[in-house]
Amino acid sequence: MSDLKQELKEKIITQLNLEDIAIEEIADTDPLFGDGLGLDSIDALELIVMLDKDYGIKLTDPKEGKKIFESIEVMANYISEHRTK
Amino acid sequence: MKAAQLKIKSHIHIVHNRIIWNNELIYSGRETDFPSFIKKAYKDIGTDYPKFFKMDNLSKLGFLAADILLGNTIREPGREHNIALVFSNNAASLDTDRKHQKSIQDKENFFPSPAVFVYTLPNIVLGEISIKHMLYSENSFFIFSHFNADYLYDYANSLIETGKATEVLCGWVDYDHEDYEAFVYLVSAEGTTEHTKEEILKLYRTK
Repeated sequence: MSDLKQELKEKIITQLNLEDIAIEEIADTDPLFGDGLGLDSIDALELIVMLDKDYGIKLTDPKEGKKIFESIEVMANYISEHRTK
Repeated sequence: MKAAQLKIKSHIHIVHNRIIWNNELIYSGRETDFPSFIKKAYKDIGTDYPKFFKMDNLSKLGFLAADILLGNTIREPGREHNIALVFSNNAASLDTDRKHQKSIQDKENFFPSPAVFVYTLPNIVLGEISIKHMLYSENSFFIFSHFNADYLYDYANSLIETGKATEVLCGWVDYDHEDYEAFVYLVSAEGTTEHTKEEILKLYRTK
């Protein structure tokens, strides 16, 4: 699980172009949106694409993302349970 | 304000890994690719805009040029300014459009990036400059085969003479296949350089 969390942090930094954030600055329980990493609605759409592309998880309702993308920890748990690749 | 009274208050060039503001070299890089160059220049110059790294290459180029020029020219940052934007280029957003096309070419591997829709198109660079510098003003982005001083000159004059803007930020911001050039200048009532077609061309050719 810790490997997946690390992988997610790397992917988020690369795919969302978070040039000024280092992996070690993202705690597993930090909120990804709002006061945490400060991601926005376009980032949320990018994360939905990432779930599909890298883990074979299709979110049919974008509102689901609100819960799933709460933090790295929540994301990692969700991916572990639902991944198809 | 009559066209004959207008001046070029400030101008900037970004080309060949160099940034020249009002004839002064303010940044020179040895990076071998544009993304590395613009990233280093952005950090070195101390520009601060949270969405910068989300933009495509065309937007980064135009945004940085305008930001250096306006950041050093606007007297009251944080207040609304009636500065119109009239930009132009040759390649539109073709460079990013090609990358996008590649990402949707294969039906079995169809993952277009939502951010491409939001941070691409020539007009996006105008929007980002307007947001950063509070310009709720006229803006246009024209596509020409080459730098068109005549058109920019007439358009800027018209905007100021008809009271649609007090100043006009004009520019040529072009990016395609790692070839890039930004030339941006501010037409104003203030300044020492005459706003004429000849002067615009002279400044454009001095790189």
